[in-house]
Amino acid sequence: MRRRLLLPIPLFVLVSGCAGIQSVSDDAGRESGLIWSLFVLFGIVTAIFYVAVIAFLIAAYWRRGGSNQDGLPDEGGVTRERSLRTAFFLWTGAVIGSLSLLALASYFTDRGLASVNPENKPMVGIDLVANQWWWDVRYHYDDPSQNIRTANEIHLPAGVPAMISLKSNDVIHSFWVPNLAGKQDLIPGRINDIVLMPRRIGHYRAQCAEYCGLQHAHMALDVIVESPADFQRWEAAQRQPAPAPATPLAQAGYAYVTSRECSTCHNIAGTNANGTVAPDLTHVAGRRTIAAGTLPMNRAGLYAWIADPQGAKPGNNMPTVGLNADELHAVAAYLETLK
Amino acid sequence: MTVLSGKDLPRDGEQLQGPALDARLARTWGDAPGLWGWITTTDHKRIGIRYIVTGMVFLVLAGLSALWMRLQLATPENSMMTPDRYNQLFTMHGTTMMFLFAVPIMEAMAIYLVPLMIGTRNISFPRLNAFSYWMYLAGGVMIWVAFVLNIGPDAGWFSYTPLSGPQFSPGKRVDIWAQMITFTEVAALAVAVELVATILKQRAPGMTLARMPLFVWGALVTAFMVIFSMPSVALASSLLIADRLIGTHFYNAAEHGDPLLWQHLFWFFGHPEVYIIFLPATGFVSHITEAFSRRPVFAYPAMVLSLVTTGLLAFGVWVHHMFATGLPRLGYSFYTAATLAVSIPAAIQIFCWIATMWDGRPRFRVPLLYVVAFIVTFVIGGLSGVMQASVPIDLQVHDTYFVVAHFHYVLVGGAVFPLLGAFTYWFPKFTGRMMDDRLGKIAFWMIFIGFQVAFFPMHFLGLMGMPRRVYTYPTNMGWDELNLLATIGSFVVAAAFLVFIVNAIFSLARGAVAGANPWDAPGLEWATSSPPPQYNFPHIPVVSSRTPLWDNRNHLPVMTGLRVDDRELLLTSVMEAIPDVRDPSAMPSAWPLWAAMATTCLFISSIFTPWAVVIGAFPVAAALIGWFWPKSPPGPEPVIE
Amino acid sequence: MSSPCRASLILLAFILLAGCDREKRGMTHEPKPETMAFVPSGDPRASDYENNAFQMSQGQRLFMWMNCVGCHAHGGGGMGPPLMDDKWRYGGRMEDIVYTILNGRPNGMPPFKGRLTEQQAWQLASYVRSLSAQPRQDVLYSRSDEMSITEPATLKERNAIMNEPPAPGHGPGK
Repeated sequence: MRRRLLLPIPLFVLVSGCAGIQSVSDDAGRESGLIWSLFVLFGIVTAIFYVAVIAFLIAAYWRRGGSNQDGLPDEGGVTRERSLRTAFFLWTGAVIGSLSLLALASYFTDRGLASVNPENKPMVGIDLVANQWWWDVRYHYDDPSQNIRTANEIHLPAGVPAMISLKSNDVIHSFWVPNLAGKQDLIPGRINDIVLMPRRIGHYRAQCAEYCGLQHAHMALDVIVESPADFQRWEAAQRQPAPAPATPLAQAGYAYVTSRECSTCHNIAGTNANGTVAPDLTHVAGRRTIAAGTLPMNRAGLYAWIADPQGAKPGNNMPTVGLNADELHAVAAYLETLK
Repeated sequence: MTVLSGKDLPRDGEQLQGPALDARLARTWGDAPGLWGWITTTDHKRIGIRYIVTGMVFLVLAGLSALWMRLQLATPENSMMTPDRYNQLFTMHGTTMMFLFAVPIMEAMAIYLVPLMIGTRNISFPRLNAFSYWMYLAGGVMIWVAFVLNIGPDAGWFSYTPLSGPQFSPGKRVDIWAQMITFTEVAALAVAVELVATILKQRAPGMTLARMPLFVWGALVTAFMVIFSMPSVALASSLLIADRLIGTHFYNAAEHGDPLLWQHLFWFFGHPEVYIIFLPATGFVSHITEAFSRRPVFAYPAMVLSLVTTGLLAFGVWVHHMFATGLPRLGYSFYTAATLAVSIPAAIQIFCWIATMWDGRPRFRVPLLYVVAFIVTFVIGGLSGVMQASVPIDLQVHDTYFVVAHFHYVLVGGAVFPLLGAFTYWFPKFTGRMMDDRLGKIAFWMIFIGFQVAFFPMHFLGLMGMPRRVYTYPTNMGWDELNLLATIGSFVVAAAFLVFIVNAIFSLARGAVAGANPWDAPGLEWATSSPPPQYNFPHIPVVSSRTPLWDNRNHLPVMTGLRVDDRELLLTSVMEAIPDVRDPSAMPSAWPLWAAMATTCLFISSIFTPWAVVIGAFPVAAALIGWFWPKSPPGPEPVIE
Repeated sequence: MSSPCRASLILLAFILLAGCDREKRGMTHEPKPETMAFVPSGDPRASDYENNAFQMSQGQRLFMWMNCVGCHAHGGGGMGPPLMDDKWRYGGRMEDIVYTILNGRPNGMPPFKGRLTEQQAWQLASYVRSLSAQPRQDVLYSRSDEMSITEPATLKERNAIMNEPPAPGHGPGK
């Protein structure tokens, strides 16, 4: 019992030490910062109450515990009904008082979160569409020709608010970047939105947080917060069509990808591959991961994924095409050029 | 008019008491011998035990599925099982724990204990009681058979649409889940109605509402909650079945249905559900604390008001499961306030239990140890619940392992620990023998420590970003060690349950023989022999305080005059429990079983074709007609000279 | 226990036993290795795909994704022939449909060989057969999460398949 007394203290030490790319405590944005402060406040208040309860319990044990094994209930011992009564009202008052305090704190934090873009800056606009089990990302601009389409990775400029509209093509998913903000569901037939205000440059990881079927576990999204200058460079690069293949191997891969099964579902801007139901591959080699955070984006990852998509992510909608070794080398070589 | 006297007198009284009365009552209230008696019984104790044992079997099954999941999660990127298997497992675990273990076992304890605690001979509507058990059994068996055949449901115990809809859950898996809901609904509603009628009308003379034992209060509030909340999920699952079977569009966003309709209906039931599990457990805690602290529970009125308040507030908090769905933000604040408010009655109860111990002279036997474990564990869960009541915090921890930790602290700490304590406490009443103290303590410490090891790390996992319901997770997220630790803890808990079960079986055969009242407890259930006779009490006891056996040692007043040649109950007034009328109680019958079988046929076939509802209605109607066929009028009322 | 009740219990037991593979989620190359050559008549994969609810639902997904709706609508037909009636110009068995999908047919049906994998063709065929309620009743689904104009497959009468040669000068494409 006494072991637990000290728990709240290591709790905060431990959690604050849990820096990570998918961590609630390692806040890198306005929203997550507000929430984490609120969490700490709640943590302290609830810890005080826990200590009080356990102290009372220990006092009850020490006072007369174990004595008078077979005594009748009404024998001996003056009951302290009266002092208990006072304590009862004090306790109830303390509970109600601190709950009211917490409710107010929660309310004002919530208002803080709801005050979208308080400084009224121009915002990055993103449409995020969830699919079983990947993320379709579209940046939209006043000039539609500038729009960007990518998948499973979003880039955000630090210090600039981003307005993300959330939609779903199939079932309910949930968008959650713990380092930046709380979660928001993507529900078919509805459009939700969330405003993120990233403050610290870095790489973070988002993951679907609403159970969405077989591959709910493999539905991650890389979030890269970079300086506005880097972000603009990234935007410009994304607007370029896919580079033409240079080596013979890559050319063979290009021929296969743009004429065979791949192009039925995937889109590569500037080529014949114009499918719409699978992740856009125009700049796939520039991303950190493939298959929604399942495998790293490198040669080994590409081989593993293309040769046996059902091995790493069983049940996902990419079919096993059954490429022979030459085709596999070629396709992987071509995809590697899509920076 | 027949005039009778002497030993033929068909009522209990001064001339008819002691062994003669016992023999006469045993003849009237006894069941047929053998299997036929087992099938036809309407005895609340036999059905209660049946319910408890079945519930424990489902607990073991659900526990095993949890162990299997923990094995999969012990290491990152584990490929021990397919995602399909894992999804079926966590669905079965949640569904079984909530629908087939927690709610039924709490009702089962009430079925067994309430008539004894309030001093009556049987539960009201005893045939309905038998029917409810068969329905519960059929629903549970159906879903587990489906699981064994690899068509177990895989959309989660919450089955969110559209994932559970016809397009994204092909096959009959979700239909089986939804129909299991129908089975348990029918069973739970039947028991709730029986309990309300029993508690309000069959209390011993003198047991006013203000003298009612706290477990009975818990059972009463729970029964009302079942009556008000279960129709909501019954509606939700019926609409889902219609969507899946005949193509209606209740949850189809494209046709102006709404997936969120499901969430509202489901959580309007789902949140009261946790209090349906928790409130009876608070009753266990109150009884155990009282008996082992040698002092009546402190602040009884506050305890009763807390129960009632919790029951009411429980219906105003369901939206806190939906904070991330994008409903109007300001509206959420109301649910934050309501959710925070629910913790006030809980805080009051916690204070009162500890105050009872502090002011009494507690003897820390196994049941009271479970109460201590309950307080230590449940309060952590309650406080993490306070955190999640806040919209911003919930947006971060919702659907992460923080929530998994939270509700296991609340449900295992708040319901399973008290249940195990209650099981140990009432075991002598159920069986006539005591459970072994040493084995009991070993099991207690193993389960307590194992539980903390298994679930405390999950708080950190959640804050470190691990979402729920993932069948595997990448390495180098910092989750590996904590997951392994949780798996180790879960195996300790499993071992502890094994010890507990071995203890129960061993004690059943060779435990020390318990008298009527081995713990010197104050409640009426301890006024009769252990295990109680079929008729519960030779004479109906009369009550003049909340702790009758402490205040009337050796001479509990009784009331006489009930017929002994026919099953008869004493009905009393609702508030003051003033004797009102004598009322016949149903005889044993096999019709509840036939009716349950016919209903089972209807329910299961309607998974496959809507016509089953029409055709299957005929056997159900036939069984019900048989059940309610008028009896020949009773013999003339005997007159006492 | 009344006898219809017993009969339906036995029936139920059979349905459940038969159900073992009915809902198997084909994760890898199941249910039959895709390296196997296509057999125009009596391919062992036909019943595996047709009587598996998961494969059928994958076919349903592909039917939308491949824009089959563009010509065949939701089975009712348009530019392409209806798929929910009993008339099949090129045969209504699983193998016939797979062959049609992979190799195309005159007057507008494009070949999908090299565009879809053979497994996807089998899944699509399973779904196409469900439009006229050909597969087993307990495998069928009621609707998709879309605007819906057709009767749920679960409530549909099963049509006997009538193989009808293509009428000259009639039909899509002219």
